[in-house]
Amino acid sequence: MGHALLEMRSITKEFPGVTALSDVSLVVRPGDIHAICGENGAGKSTLMKVLSGVHPYGSYQGTIFYQGVECRFADIRASEHAGIVIIHQELALVPGMSITENLFLGNEPRKWGRIDWRGANHRALELMRLVGLNEDPDTLARDIGVGKQQLVEIAKAFAKDVRLLILDEPTAALNETDSRHLLDLLRGFKQRGITSIMISHKLNEVEAIADAITILRDGRAIETITVADSGADEDRIVRGMVGRDLESRFPEHVPNIGEVFFEVRDWTVRHPVSAERLVCKNSSFTVRRGEIVGFAGLMGAGRTELAMSVFGRSYGVHLGGRIVKDGREIEIRSVADAIRNGLAYVSEDRKAIGLNLLDDVKTSVVAAKLSKITRRGVLDEAAQYHEAEHYRRTLRIKTPSVDEGVTRLSGGNQQKVVLAKWMFTDPDLLILDEPTRGIDVGAKYEIYGIIQRLADEGKGVIVISSELPELIGLCDRIYTVFEGTITGEIDRRDADPELLMKQMTSTKRMRSA
Amino acid sequence: MSRRRDLQKNLFGGTTSNARQFGMIFTLVAIIVFFQIMTDGLTLTSGNMIALTQQYAYISILSIGMLMVIVAGHIDLSVGSVAAFTGIVVAKAISEQGLPWPAGIALGLLVGALIGAWQGFWVAYIGVPAFIVTLAGMLLFRGGNQYIGNADTVPVPEGFRTIGAGYLPETGPDTGYNNLTLLLGLALCAAVVWREWHARRVRQRMEGAEPAPLWVSAVRLAVMVGVILFATFRFAGGRVGTSFPVSGIILAVLVIAYSFYTRNTAGGRHIYAVGGNARAAELSGVQLRRVNFLVMTNMGILAALAGMIFVARSAASGPQDGLNWELDAIAAVFIGGAAVSGGLGTVSGSIVGGLVMAVLNNGLQLIGTGADMVQIIKGLFLLGAVALDVYNKKQGRFSVIGSLMRPFRREPPRIPAPDTSTREAEFLPGR
Repeated sequence: MGHALLEMRSITKEFPGVTALSDVSLVVRPGDIHAICGENGAGKSTLMKVLSGVHPYGSYQGTIFYQGVECRFADIRASEHAGIVIIHQELALVPGMSITENLFLGNEPRKWGRIDWRGANHRALELMRLVGLNEDPDTLARDIGVGKQQLVEIAKAFAKDVRLLILDEPTAALNETDSRHLLDLLRGFKQRGITSIMISHKLNEVEAIADAITILRDGRAIETITVADSGADEDRIVRGMVGRDLESRFPEHVPNIGEVFFEVRDWTVRHPVSAERLVCKNSSFTVRRGEIVGFAGLMGAGRTELAMSVFGRSYGVHLGGRIVKDGREIEIRSVADAIRNGLAYVSEDRKAIGLNLLDDVKTSVVAAKLSKITRRGVLDEAAQYHEAEHYRRTLRIKTPSVDEGVTRLSGGNQQKVVLAKWMFTDPDLLILDEPTRGIDVGAKYEIYGIIQRLADEGKGVIVISSELPELIGLCDRIYTVFEGTITGEIDRRDADPELLMKQMTSTKRMRSA
Repeated sequence: MSRRRDLQKNLFGGTTSNARQFGMIFTLVAIIVFFQIMTDGLTLTSGNMIALTQQYAYISILSIGMLMVIVAGHIDLSVGSVAAFTGIVVAKAISEQGLPWPAGIALGLLVGALIGAWQGFWVAYIGVPAFIVTLAGMLLFRGGNQYIGNADTVPVPEGFRTIGAGYLPETGPDTGYNNLTLLLGLALCAAVVWREWHARRVRQRMEGAEPAPLWVSAVRLAVMVGVILFATFRFAGGRVGTSFPVSGIILAVLVIAYSFYTRNTAGGRHIYAVGGNARAAELSGVQLRRVNFLVMTNMGILAALAGMIFVARSAASGPQDGLNWELDAIAAVFIGGAAVSGGLGTVSGSIVGGLVMAVLNNGLQLIGTGADMVQIIKGLFLLGAVALDVYNKKQGRFSVIGSLMRPFRREPPRIPAPDTSTREAEFLPGR
């Protein structure tokens, strides 16, 4: 064990009324990939903000030693000057600018007072080669996928002579292939002597790549695992993160499955803009009462598009296909129709399209079926309050009152509000798109419990998820989706990740059970 | 929720009202007191209050419609031109075609609805930004006004003038005051008391939610009844023949109706939903296009009404009518606490915002400030009011109210959920 590249000693950071970090120490050895794990709100991002100067010296207690010298960063420029570059979860590219322009934004190479674009392009190609990005440097940032945008961000870090690269949830928005590429890249950087700190929720990735793992919980460092000594053990990490044993990550559940009541046949939808592109091709599926049905597929496979087009044609252009509910064919032309017919869709991006962030809890809960609290044309505020209170109690939404604004709730509790909003519409079929994305382990467990309760009430539930263990642990039956087609149907008993993955990546239709 | 936020909510009502609105009530009082002193009591005389009401009723009517347009996430630059266009059409129809004046009013409202529907069609169904549609409308209907009126003024008959220059008539025993105005004031007091009682009853039906302490209700009622009674006697006690203006009554009815609509009906809530997050609203079953169409159509109707009231007040329709009204209406809405990005704002806030601008304008004129300086001061005031609000939001507090309320605070503020620093920024009252 050589000298530490970075040593943060007894960092304490307080916000008015909250201690975000309390006496946290972190030692990072040169050339390591150091993972930081913890539930949402554990203090991971705050720690990185202290390190990178977003929270300047003086606003926290404790000391930072970097390359053996004490550092007092006044702002993010100071830390970047020292070679510490942080890449945030939300990418900071200008969509209408080219890759080159983005790479040198604020740092443009100049010659005789004007920008030297030839030199810049040349240097851009070099940087892009470093991160394995194979694109024309004149391509606009908006025209490349999220995965490649992430690579541009990393290349940008190289343009600044990075020594210590900090990545905040780098793979959260990436699909499997892009994630794997990114992890390979980090391994490559290690050879070049670049040290990385990675914040991640994805424990399998942490396990695969990290040399050391520091676990934070409630603003304290619980332990640092050196992988070479003791190995990375997912259970141990989870235990550290939540402070208890998670015997099972899914609540016990005995399904009580009834008859098929919802059926979609030969569903075909084309892309809203390009007329030739079919996003759903002859997809057919069924849901039984009391059944939890999973949709597995890679990002871009068309799961969300399928769900949204069924939910009142809220995506794409409907070309063909029928919906049969309770033995009768029904026509759903709008979201209002869908709600009237007992359908509910909980979107994957609750902040962008699931909630009105200006609303408080009570108005959010009733938003999708105001007719239920309308008496003679007038909204009944007392009824609204009672309904919201009911869901606050039964779903255990953590909020001081239902008058609270939804932005002040944590991700898990916001998700519960969205679930409440759709449970309030008395649906027969709930489509949940990535219901546990971005929420922590404890809240996930509760969401699973809610999903199971809904099924026990005789409702059908469709769960769309990118996390295969989640689908396998939760669903009674799983469909695999690939390029807009349903490629397989697998019973819970036969489901394993390899089989699912195979069907998620091939058009060959297989059937089991 | 801290005691301070509770108090703010108790005293000023509604959770969607926000800090800027509270601040504006204080600002309004301060401005009135300031000018009352500076003008040696001229500001709050019967004559001035009546004139003020007549002068600003039509702007306030516009700001009601504008509030809904802005809450839905749009803007309307055409209202002044639409008002002028409707004014000339109605004036011509009455004086030259011999249409009876009540039918003229109906015609005006119809013209407004058609214009609103025309603009709503482009905004809602074609998807042209309202800024562009109404910029075009601004030119279109200004030109239309001059085309129809040959850039001339067209007078309107006596009966029509009632809606702009009329007063409540004198009836009943001689009390030294205008009896109908007195009755109106008393009715308003009764309505305020009933509303407070009703709100308390609703709150009591919500188990677990404690209603505001009784003394808070009492204080609030006392203040409101006091203000209403004071205004009643001023309006009723003016020069004989004058009393509460008819345009003021039209405004009051509209304020009550639209406040109720925006706060207490599904349709009203849909406007806020569309402005807050259009996609989320759509996925909750809100018919986006319909809401946008109706909001623009409604703006057309209110602009037409404002135009007719103005024509009635000035006894004739002219080519310069309604010039820059859109700016006054927009300023009133933003001073009244609406968000530029939509989704936030209240009818009552916009009325207070309009009143602030009106009193400022009127007071400056009374103390003999030139028109140039009045404009400069109004411009700076608008900028300052919104900038202060933006600044306070960044600080995550509202200092004016905060300092006023601090003596009432008895318990430490609630500890917010632990998270990163950004959480503090979201810690704003009323959002």
